[in-house]
Amino acid sequence: MLLLNHTPMAGFELTPSQPAHLEPGVGAPSHCSAEPARYPDKENADPQKVAFLLHKQWTLYSVSPLYKFSSADLKDYARMLGVFIAAEKQKGLAVDMNGELGVRVAMSGLPELRSSEQDPAAVLVQLSLRSSVSPKNSEEKLIWSGWFCCVAGDDLLEDLPENFTCLPLFLVNGAESYTAIVGSWFQKTFDCCFRRLAISPLNLTWMAAMWTGCKVENNKAAMELLFSVPHLPQPLNISYAIHPEDAKALWDTVQKTPGEITQEEVDVFMECLYSHFHRHFKIHLSATKLVEVSTGIASAHCDGIIKFLQSQYLIGVLMLLTELAISQIQ
Amino acid sequence: MQRRRSSKHSKQPLQVHHSNQTDLSTWRKGGTVGTEKSAQNHQSLSDQKNDDEQDSLEQALSYFVKSLPPEGFDVLLDVALSGKLADTVNTRLLKSLIPASAIPESSIVSSVSWFCVSKCSSNIQLLFLRWLITMFDFIDHKEGVHALYGIFFSFLNDEKLCPYICHVLFLLTRKENGESSFGMQPHLQALLSLYKLFCPELVSITLPQKMKTYFKNADGPWKAAISAVRQRNLAKSAVPQPLLLGTAQPRSRKRKWNTQLIVPASSANAQHFLVGGKMSRVDSYGANRAFPVEQLQTFPQLLQNIHRLEFPSQMGSVLTNPLLLHYMNCSKDESVYLRLYYWMGQTLQEECTWCVVDNNQYEEEFKGFLETVYKAECFLQEGFPSCEEFLYRSLPLWDGVSCRSQILQLITWIPLSTFSEMKSQLCDPLAQLFFTSSLYFKCSVLESLKELLQNWLNWHVVQLDSESDSQFSSLNTTLSGLVNGVAELINFVGRISTAALHLEKSHTFLLHFILDFYETVCDIYPKYKLPLLIMPPAGVFYPALLSMDSVNLNQLCYIMDFSSCLNFEFWVYKSEIEISAFSPHVRQR
Repeated sequence: MLLLNHTPMAGFELTPSQPAHLEPGVGAPSHCSAEPARYPDKENADPQKVAFLLHKQWTLYSVSPLYKFSSADLKDYARMLGVFIAAEKQKGLAVDMNGELGVRVAMSGLPELRSSEQDPAAVLVQLSLRSSVSPKNSEEKLIWSGWFCCVAGDDLLEDLPENFTCLPLFLVNGAESYTAIVGSWFQKTFDCCFRRLAISPLNLTWMAAMWTGCKVENNKAAMELLFSVPHLPQPLNISYAIHPEDAKALWDTVQKTPGEITQEEVDVFMECLYSHFHRHFKIHLSATKLVEVSTGIASAHCDGIIKFLQSQYLIGVLMLLTELAISQIQ
Repeated sequence: MQRRRSSKHSKQPLQVHHSNQTDLSTWRKGGTVGTEKSAQNHQSLSDQKNDDEQDSLEQALSYFVKSLPPEGFDVLLDVALSGKLADTVNTRLLKSLIPASAIPESSIVSSVSWFCVSKCSSNIQLLFLRWLITMFDFIDHKEGVHALYGIFFSFLNDEKLCPYICHVLFLLTRKENGESSFGMQPHLQALLSLYKLFCPELVSITLPQKMKTYFKNADGPWKAAISAVRQRNLAKSAVPQPLLLGTAQPRSRKRKWNTQLIVPASSANAQHFLVGGKMSRVDSYGANRAFPVEQLQTFPQLLQNIHRLEFPSQMGSVLTNPLLLHYMNCSKDESVYLRLYYWMGQTLQEECTWCVVDNNQYEEEFKGFLETVYKAECFLQEGFPSCEEFLYRSLPLWDGVSCRSQILQLITWIPLSTFSEMKSQLCDPLAQLFFTSSLYFKCSVLESLKELLQNWLNWHVVQLDSESDSQFSSLNTTLSGLVNGVAELINFVGRISTAALHLEKSHTFLLHFILDFYETVCDIYPKYKLPLLIMPPAGVFYPALLSMDSVNLNQLCYIMDFSSCLNFEFWVYKSEIEISAFSPHVRQR
């Protein structure tokens, strides 16, 4: 019995009769279907440019469309945000810093993080702290970064009028106090709404299945699933680690059509893992709650926390997350 | 990831009590545990070990709801110290033994006997000693415990237990006990100093004068937690735990920053200082500068500046500003509606108190927000699409209690167009709640459905007026849709009313609301010009006819009288509609 925490608000469900078409970036990389509106180097976002996004924990938010946001005015926005942060600091709401020089805001575009020209370019916001005595020798320490992006957001994009910018996914790494300040500024200025994006166990199983099927060279990282058993005197966490080769072999036997995944295949895959565990430990994992999935490509936690581990599949994972964010907005 | 996991595991201290409050009541076996059951526990050690463990665990767990009455200690200490269960369970058991009032001496004595037998592991023995030290003050009579002095003394040899034994002895020592001992460790010194105090002649070694603190208060945090639990149990009131829906997110205690329940104040878009800043230098001589929205106070001002008014930076603020609502009504700009749609939709979904865990503490704020939305809808005389979608999504999960009046009010503004498609989302949960709730809830639902019907009919009349000079009779298609929708609603109300009258045995109050609804129904043709005539069903008609209250009879007579007068004229009108449906060129009379 699979315990699904089913939220009608955010759903990423596919009925068994609808196969999901995997984009080449996530599924089998060798299948490169030529689609006309495909961004040229979607499959491999330039590794150097996106390296700073890897191996960091990002907290996920969904953002409703931004009104009158223009990517040409990023410098002005950065300046206004800097002023806002300074004002908030004086109110005593921000984290107490060394007291001296203050926070510098930098906003830039990340055009490589999208799947086609129709997607708006991603926007990166970085807060750094100037922490030196002499202004000349300013060393800046990055204290907070957040980026908006939209990868294959066609569902939302097609109906929107001109002056709305759709960047439904927001990822943030840094102190919560700064997230609050930057988020409030965006909400006030562009009339948008930020909401934490949780990932349901159903979506986590999809991610587990999809990411297992991806080919990664020199993959030493085991596929790990973390389950939580609540409502016990002491909450119990079960960590189930599977050798990546074995997991991939299992998935290859389950998946019928390369490049396509159905709900049934995901269910069969998870059932196999559960029954293997049960044979050894006599615990029915299907009755517990899946809380975290980590593979060599990425790791995702149900509270809406993601970590990217491979630049090769970054776009694919972002596409999945964008879809989750959009379903939370609509 | 590593970081996260370790922080999870460190959240250990006595979480037992906080998380157990209501959930383990499912484990509870009825009644309190008597002494014969504890005797059974001792006897059945040899047979059916598994069942026994299960029983004792269940008995043990049945006490977890609050701090323990005195009789519970007997059983639980036996269970914990007899070594039948695993160490982790015993640890948890011991740690949760918090007395509501006092600990009976007999339980201590029997547990010391278990202690001596050493059936449990040495860790548990240690933990028991620590527990004893912490709870020493709660033991009611200590004569028996004092009598066990010698037993404790004999354990001094054990290195691991020694410090704690000493502490116990320290607590127990009175003048009668005097014995010499060995070693200069602090705990022993403390004991010896006490001995020296009582029997200086037996203690031959000299003790240093300086060391005063002998036993570190190792279990300080434990004691603090215990006092917290006891305080909480004294002032306890039953707080219903919310049903866990969806994925639980660890929200911190303070309110999250992205909450938008407080409708923002109208303020001009900050971007004007940016982009407009460049422009206004050019325009400062022109008359096209935007009127600052904060200065909009009166209706004449709105009329004068309507051509250069801009919406505030956060659309949500129009909800509390009637002038801006007027302006929004006249605006043809789609982005205005879209902004409001997203903002309201996201806020409603995010803050819904019964769909999201952790939100039910903010129910008052959410109620206020729903009130604001309702007032705006009444002002505009139409519903918001985001509000309607929210209702369709959240009604199936609604418990009928949270924000009841606000939700029932918002239902009255659901437009007819979506009703036919979404009927099951609205009618099924409403019917479920209707049949299982109180009389007053039933009446409230009936009243809101009556208002819903009235709103639809009013809308139809407005449409009629506005389309009275339209060329084609598109009126027909909307008319049939409207008639069908209205008929569906009335039939639904008829069905639930019939059943409700059975359930409530034709209660007068309920009958009044039902007949009120049918009064509106019989007004459909004469007042609202809709060719529809539906009589109350038999299940409503006969109870009303046979009721003993004049109010209901009066209402029934009114309905019957009206209907009989209408009949002829109604059929003529209806046939005209049908003719014109086939030939679009025939104009309506």
